[in-house]
Parts: sequence; structure tokens; C-alpha cells
Amino acid sequence: MNTESQTAPARTETGTLARLFRFDARAYSMIGAVVLIWAFFSLMHERFLTPTNLSNLFLQMSVTSILAIGMVLVIVAGQIDLSVGSLVGLTGGIAAVLNVWYDWDPVSVVLVTIALGSLIGLVQGWIVAYLAVPAFIVTLGGMLMFRGILLGTTKSVTVAPLDPSLKAIGQEYLPEFLGWIVGAIGVIGTAAVVLWSRWRRKRYGFKVAPLPMSLLHTALIGVFILGAVWVLNSYKGIPIPFIIVIVLALLFTFIARNTVFGRQIYAIGGNPEAARLSGIPIRRRILMVFVLCNTLAAIAGIVLTARVNAATMSAGTMYELDAIAACVIGGTSLMGGTGTVTGAILGALIMVSLDNGMSIMNMESFWQYIVKGAILILAVYMDISSRRRKKTA
Amino acid sequence: MTVALEMRGITKVFPGVVALDNVNFTVRRGEIHALCGENGAGKSTLMKVLSGVYPVGTYKGQILIDGVERHFHDIRDAEAAGIAIIYQELALARNLSVAENLFLGHELKRFGIVNKERMHKESERWLREVGLNVDPRELVGNLGIGKQQLVEIAKALSKNAKILILDEPTAALTEQEVGILMGILRELKQRGVTCIYISHKLNEVLSIADTITVLRDGQTVGTYPVSEVDEGKIISLMVGRELKERFPRIEATPGEVMLRVRGYTVMSPDQPGKAVIRDVSFEVRKGEIFGIGGLMGAGRTELVMSLFGAYPGESRGEVEIEGKPVRIRSVGDAIRAGMGLVSEDRKKYGLVLGMNVKSNVSMASLRDFAWRGVIDHNRETAGGLQAINTLRIKANSPETIVGTLSGGNQQKVVIGKWLTTRPKILFLDEPTRGIDVGAKYEIYNIINQLVRDGVAVVIVSSEMPELLGMCHRIMVLAEGRKTAEFPASEATQERIMKAATGGMEA
Repeated sequence: MNTESQTAPARTETGTLARLFRFDARAYSMIGAVVLIWAFFSLMHERFLTPTNLSNLFLQMSVTSILAIGMVLVIVAGQIDLSVGSLVGLTGGIAAVLNVWYDWDPVSVVLVTIALGSLIGLVQGWIVAYLAVPAFIVTLGGMLMFRGILLGTTKSVTVAPLDPSLKAIGQEYLPEFLGWIVGAIGVIGTAAVVLWSRWRRKRYGFKVAPLPMSLLHTALIGVFILGAVWVLNSYKGIPIPFIIVIVLALLFTFIARNTVFGRQIYAIGGNPEAARLSGIPIRRRILMVFVLCNTLAAIAGIVLTARVNAATMSAGTMYELDAIAACVIGGTSLMGGTGTVTGAILGALIMVSLDNGMSIMNMESFWQYIVKGAILILAVYMDISSRRRKKTA
Repeated sequence: MTVALEMRGITKVFPGVVALDNVNFTVRRGEIHALCGENGAGKSTLMKVLSGVYPVGTYKGQILIDGVERHFHDIRDAEAAGIAIIYQELALARNLSVAENLFLGHELKRFGIVNKERMHKESERWLREVGLNVDPRELVGNLGIGKQQLVEIAKALSKNAKILILDEPTAALTEQEVGILMGILRELKQRGVTCIYISHKLNEVLSIADTITVLRDGQTVGTYPVSEVDEGKIISLMVGRELKERFPRIEATPGEVMLRVRGYTVMSPDQPGKAVIRDVSFEVRKGEIFGIGGLMGAGRTELVMSLFGAYPGESRGEVEIEGKPVRIRSVGDAIRAGMGLVSEDRKKYGLVLGMNVKSNVSMASLRDFAWRGVIDHNRETAGGLQAINTLRIKANSPETIVGTLSGGNQQKVVIGKWLTTRPKILFLDEPTRGIDVGAKYEIYNIINQLVRDGVAVVIVSSEMPELLGMCHRIMVLAEGRKTAEFPASEATQERIMKAATGGMEA
């Protein structure tokens, strides 16, 4: 329509600076939390902040991170998936069985295992979305069934050792020069994205941050990337699982922020009725969310099996709760509608840092449960109270 | 008459906003005192101060009940002083019985065990007080909105309320239920209950209130006996300007038939064999506003929801858009066929309140802002800006969270969402419910502009003046059947009412 409407001035975005850093005051506060935790542990023990330990830490967080990436989408859509821990065990077990007992080559093993994850997601998603059984129940059932199937297929024995090239997925490191190339790609990619989006905004006549500001922003990220590469290279290089996490995190951040699918997931979680009346095919979207989450669980299963070079009966036990906790610490609301992949990864990093730090300090493992549980509650409390402040403001 | 309540120099500041600025408000015992003002004028804030929602100390000023200054630290204090507030959104537990609701929080107990018999007996007494003839054992969820409202009032009376605050009590009531409510309020007044009545419906205010206080921008404009004001005067006091007319009516320029519905029947999703719409036929032309009237429960919402593919019950009948038969099985089908629906309850059905303006605006046509499934954020921002500018949405930017906007602006966002789909046919179900007068007028102007642009507009409304003031043709439904259709020139409130209560017109 073309009303007599040119009266209102064309307002654009809020201040450019605010926009630049709006990219999550929350993400920054979480990075702050990570820094605090790291500072604390490095004071407590000189071995914490060493390349060896950091490399180990990134390795440890990989499985939880991959699960959390998928879990974010599920929770944002207003659902839950309790089956991913068992699914990690099952898919990891199947991968090991195919490789060790049936001598399948690693490529087929990986492809079939991932396909299996997708298929299971399809079934669970279909039951949730089309048969309208609550996700809590479906995935609770799945959690029990997958563990049972794992025990049945592996006859409750540990399946090991894997083919070396399959094992590499969980245990190898990028050689130093490849690490630097990856770092360089990261820096150039960041610069390209920043400049490209500046150019796009300009073309629409929107305000953009001053060029030096954008360059500074890019430079900061660049220093961070190269710094991380340098630290990891001074041990053995970038761990392959960490590369997998980064790639998946970038991919799913893109899906969540920039695709129609991602946006519709947020709308469904925020208000399913409004989403339905806006023509969003809710059932299909929810089905797809479970497919993605369980596919990622299969990838996590492969990584875990490869890392420990064996499939055990208890692999992945309680991982679903770690993944959910990582999401929630990272600002995902269990009510649905809000949450970010970055937040979930940072949440996983916080949890793993606590685990790692406490074991390096030789604290007994019961403390890890207690501290992680307390941190989870504290994080959600802080989130809720800050939101409440914002609301009354 | 003596003064029952006096609020003196009330000032309430929220960070960045002065919500109430030295407001004085005096209510005499046993009167019905209407509080009028646009949304955001401070009515609700004032009532929250009075009912203890904002405890003493969070505002400046004094509250005097029967001439004695009182300090309310919470709602209980206010209740103890005889103040009861009945909110727009009913605060009843639908899964509990009427009696259980009446005594919620102060159940009649014996040795810690709820005494049901006594509660039922007592309930019957209070229900009689409000003229409500229902079994106290009935679940509240099974009652209509009007009856639930009366249960709320009974509940307030049972707590010995002397000052009753009603916030938009008739927003969801039928004309008939409004009549009953008015009667009860008059009776309560006879018995000395003081009533503060907040409503946007000025005809109600004028018919029931003794005194009217108008607030504007957090300040008292004035208090007037009802005999000294009329609708135009109140509106001008509220908005601070004379509105020439409440409805900016434009002439119809009927063109070709955009939507033709023939023999349309919709079945109830819950009760097998029951039809909520039976054999309804009508046409909507390009360049006209087609109104659908009727009482609540007549099937108006069900009809438009079903045509839009959003109603769970089965439907039969023919639907044509621009002469071509269509089958709408989902909302997606409806949008592709060129339909849009601004639904009845914007918070529940229209918006994702936690999302920003542009995401809500683009929600029903996101593919148009995307290339191969990837959203072009800049194009989307431009779309959000366009909606903000053309609809004059008061939002700082397309990134403003919709939940922070006022009701009228939220409704504009919903309309913006549908305009963005460039519909041929736009259904508006109660488009101005709960919106202040100024914003209503703007929404009417937007609707008119749509009609000029060749959109066929269908308005469902419970407010008869709105139907009469805006529509070019009006169809009336009663119990799922079409009972009348007339051109605006022949429509009167009486004729619509007659048809809505089931009287067939030739």
C-alpha cells in the first residue's frame, strides 16, 4: 500500500556502536565467566593454563558441544530431547561394531552411522510432531530403548580397537602448517563477512559502523583466532574434534540466524499459535529439528568412540543432561523461543572448564557433580533476575 | 454523599517514564466512577497503586480510605481495606469449581480439611448476590466469559469488598451479558458498593457511570458528572483534540467479486455431528468492507478461521477467489491464495512477543525476504521500516521487541505482517479490541487505504458502531447460520441486534 505516509522519518537501527556490540551483551558476559573460571584454576594450579591442558580441554568439550548444538534447536522449538546420550552410545557402538566386527571401511561406517542418526531423528520427530506424543515422553522412551539396543547389539562387551583412520577422527591433530592455514582462512573469512555485510547495508542505505571500527572488530577476532591456533600448535596442533565442533557451530549458527527454517523454529518456540497462523508448517519444522539433533548425536557418537578408541556399554550416559545444561547456561530458555548456538558452546566450555579444572586440582569427582549442578542453577537464576530487571526498567 | 476514596498527588515514576504525575482522584461512596483515558494514560498504573500491586514507598502521594490515610504493602493489605480489582484477563482457575474459585486462598476449613458443604452453601448466597444461576460445583471452565466475570465479582464481594475496580469488564462480553452486568452493578450501587469502572466503550460509560475522571499522559484532565459530558466531549478530553468523527468512513467502490463462499458448513472439532457454521453463503467485492456481526458464539471467528485454513473442524462448501474455485487445507494454502487474517487475540495468535518488529512483520512472507532459504536481513529490515513508516508504528527501530509496544502499536504490527504478504482478501477479527481511541482511528484509516488499494476487507466485530461506521455491507450470524445481510445504508443497531438474536429477516 502507499499511504500518505512519508511523514515519519526513516529511522534505522539504533546506534552503530550499540549494534556492533549488541551481538550479545550476554555472550560477552559468558566469555567473562570463562575468563574468571580460567583465571581461578590457573591460580590454583600452574598446569591448567598450558597448551597441553587447553588442547585437552577442547577435546573434552567436543562431544558435549556437538550435542548442545543440536539441542539448542530442539529447545528453541519448545521441545526437549532426552535420548541423545543413549543415542551417542548406540551410534558409537554401531560404528565400532561395523568397523571392528564387520571390517567396514571408515567412510562407510561414518556415512551409515550418520544416516542411522538421521533416521532415528525422523522416527522420533514424526512421533512427536505427527502423533502428538510429548517430546519428553518420546525421547525418554528413546533413551531407554537405544541403551537397550546398544546392550543387545554389542552383547554388553567393549568393542575395540578401531581402524586407525577411524580413530583419527577423535584423536588426531592438524599438522602445524595446516593449523595456520585454517587460522588464516578464519581471519580472511571474518574480514570478508564483515566487509560484505557493510557493503550490503550501505546498498540499502542503512547506517554502517565507521570503517576503522569494523576493521578493529575484525582485527580483534583475528587476533583471537590466531592466538588460539598458536596455543594449540604449541602442543600438537588443532584437535580434529575441535575442528568438527567449529564447523558445525558455524553451520548451525548460520542456520539459526540466517535461514527461513531457523527463524521459523524461533517463531514456533516463541508462540506456536502465532506461528501456525502465519502459515509456518509447524509439524514439518519440528520433525526436521529432531532429525538435525539426532544426526548431530550420531556425529558425537562417532567422535566419542574414536576418541576413546572403543565402544562401551555406558558410553554417553547422562550426556543429554550435560547438553541441556550447556544450552541453559548459555541462555537458552526451556520455555522455547530463545537461545543461541554460540551460547550453548560457551555453556559447554564453562562446564568442561569446571570439570577439567577440578580434576587437575585433584578434587574428588563428587565435587564436580555438586559444583556443576550449583553453577547451572546460579546461571539460570542470574539470567532470570537480569531479565526481570530489564522488564521493570 | 461522603468520600470513600481519595488519592492525592500520586506520582509514580518508572525508569525513564513518569507514568503518573501528581494525579488526584476522588471517589464518593456508592457511586460508579468511570476512569477514562487512552492506553498508556496511566489508568492501570493508578489502579495498581490503589490495589497494592505497587507497594507504598514505590510512589509518591497519599491514599485515603474513608478519610483515613492507608499504606498498602501488598494486595492483601488493599483487600483488607475493602479494595478488590477485577482484571481484564480473568484470574480464575478454570479447572476448579465455582465454589472453589470463590474461596480460593481463604477456603472454609475445619481441622485443616476443606468443608465443601459449607463452601457450596456460602457460594450460592454470593452467586445470588450477582444474579448468577449456576451450580457452585460447576467447573469455571465450562462457563461463558460473561458468567466467569460475574463469578469474579461474587468472589470480590465475598471478600467484603467495598470498592470494586473493574478493568475493561465488558471487553469479551456479548451485548446481552453487558446488559446483565450493568444491572448488577446498579444493584450493587444501591447496596452502597463503590465501583471504579475502566472502559474504552464510552457508550457503556455514559449509561452506567455517575462520574467520569479522564486521565491523559499520566495527569488528571478533570472529573465530571456524567450529565455534563457526551461521547465527543470525553473523546476530546482523552485525546486532547476534537475528533471530527469516530469512523472515517469512505464510499465503497465495489469492483469484481474477490471472494465467493457458497453453502459453507463447518463442523465442530470437539462435538461430532455438530456444525458451528451451517450453510453460509456470501460474496466480498474488491474495494468494499464486508462486515460480519453477531453475538459471541455465533460462529464468526470459526467462519473466518475455517476459510483461512486455521480451524481444526472439517468444512464443506464452495469457496472461490477471483472466480476460481480454491481448496484451502492449511494456512499456507490460504496465504498463497492471497488471504490474510488479523486474528482476534493478538498476543495469543498474532505475535511472537519476544521477537522484534521486523521478524514479526516478515513472519508470514519470510520467503519473499529470502533467497533459497537464506534470509536477506537488510531486505527484512527495509520491510520492517516500511511497515513502521506506512502504519506509523511507534517503535524506535525494526529491532524493537514487540512485547514492549502498546496494544495499538502491536495491532499495527500484526496488520503490517499481513500487508507484507500483499493480500487480496484481508480478514480482520475484532481489529480494535482493547485499543485506545486514537489508535482505533488510525487503524480505521489503514483499513480504508487498503480498500482504496483494491483489497477486499472483511471485518468481524462485536462492536456495532464499528460495523455500522466502517462497513459497506453487513452480514449477521446467529448460532452458525446467516440470518441477515444488508447494505450499510439500511443497517441499524436494532436490525442487526434482531438478526443476531436469531430473527430471520426477509
